Amino acid sequence: MRGIRAGLIRCSVWLCLMMAGSALADEQRVVIADPFIEMRTGPGSGYPITQIVERGAEAIILKRRTEWFKIRGPRGDEGWAHRDQMQRTLQPSGERVDFPDVDEAAWKDSRWSAGLMAGDFGGATVYTVTGGYRFSKHLTAELNASQILGNFSDGWSASVNVVHSFFPDWRASPFFSIGTGVVRIEPKSTLAQPEDRTDQMAVVGAGVNAYVSRRFVLRAEYKGYVVLSSRNDNEDLDEWKAGFTVFF
Amino acid sequence: MESRIHSIFLTGLRSIAIGILASSSLGISVAIAQDADDAPQVIEPKVERRDIDVAAIDTEDFELTAFVGLMGVEDFESNAVYGARLAYHISEWLFAEATYGMTEVGTSSFEKLGGGAVLLADRDLTYYDLSVGYNLFPGEVFFGTKRAWNSSVYLLGGMGSTDFAGDNQFTVTFGFGIKVLPTDYIAVRLEARDYMFDTEVTGEKKTTHNLQTTLNLSWFF
Repeated sequence: MRGIRAGLIRCSVWLCLMMAGSALADEQRVVIADPFIEMRTGPGSGYPITQIVERGAEAIILKRRTEWFKIRGPRGDEGWAHRDQMQRTLQPSGERVDFPDVDEAAWKDSRWSAGLMAGDFGGATVYTVTGGYRFSKHLTAELNASQILGNFSDGWSASVNVVHSFFPDWRASPFFSIGTGVVRIEPKSTLAQPEDRTDQMAVVGAGVNAYVSRRFVLRAEYKGYVVLSSRNDNEDLDEWKAGFTVFF
Repeated sequence: MESRIHSIFLTGLRSIAIGILASSSLGISVAIAQDADDAPQVIEPKVERRDIDVAAIDTEDFELTAFVGLMGVEDFESNAVYGARLAYHISEWLFAEATYGMTEVGTSSFEKLGGGAVLLADRDLTYYDLSVGYNLFPGEVFFGTKRAWNSSVYLLGGMGSTDFAGDNQFTVTFGFGIKVLPTDYIAVRLEARDYMFDTEVTGEKKTTHNLQTTLNLSWFF
């Protein structure tokens, strides 16, 4: 019994030593180059400044939230410093540190995006979740899933789209899209003779992506749907939507 | 008992001591070997160059929340509501948050007085919403004389869908809350919201206000 316990303790001691070692290896240190850097109690400009770290002192970066960095000063005190101040610190080698800002250029270089939009789909309210992957400067593949909330019927739709941006370098960049998918319409239970139906559809659209700030891009678009119904006539539907996408 | 604790403590100490001895003796032997190798060089630059890896900094822009509370559904009493939220913090001021929640509605006065009349077969109400939040008043709250915790009063507004009485209804929500952070990565939130949607359950179509207060526990990652 004693042997097991001693063994356990020995293991945990070694584990602690190993973890301490790996933490040290991952530590990100900067040297303060400004006369001093301000440390706030929280990650926001509304929180009070309680400490400073002077020029020449080293600070360890613990974590980041939005534009704020949690740092530990040489006396062991911790606080949050803004990116603008961190940008003016130095690496241990004496070089400047670049904490890249998420800006328009980052948007142009990004691959993945996710977005939310709301609007009108043939007289009903529609919500759309979209996920995209850009495989070239001009072309993006997109998956859309929508919920449709109408007065007389509800439903959902899902589609795959290819989006082409004509002028990908513009801040407000127009695009054109084509796609295909399925739409399901479920008439409300209060109506007589409800009939659920799932139909295939083809969709063409046009719209604009406009960079706002940070990871945010505003998006507005029109889409024209042709629902290939099992009845004699195909159904044409218009959709107008606006929302935003976040890129990664 | 005491001697046993002693022995455990001593074994622990011994293992640390052995560890330190082993590593330091290793260090010494390596140093001796290096001295022998580098004998001709008089001054050896000992600059440790370790560049910052910005990508390795832990970012905590997401917030996962579980909540319980009370939701009053118009005409159908107030009942326990529970659910989850996922937020992305865009800046120190703005965040976007998706919520999914559920409650079971009570009986309407029509059903109570109507002698066995049943308005709803399915009494579950589920909803989701996508909201944008704004941190209006960041600050601190004080507990006694020793503790100051970061806090924030925030406003929320958004849209969503409510599945109730066999229908999905377009829903608009507004609310406000207070968030207190005992540590950097855990938050406790008290939130009050109004969920507005149309319903025809009681015979005529009307817009209902469904007020909700919740206690939320959040984790930043």
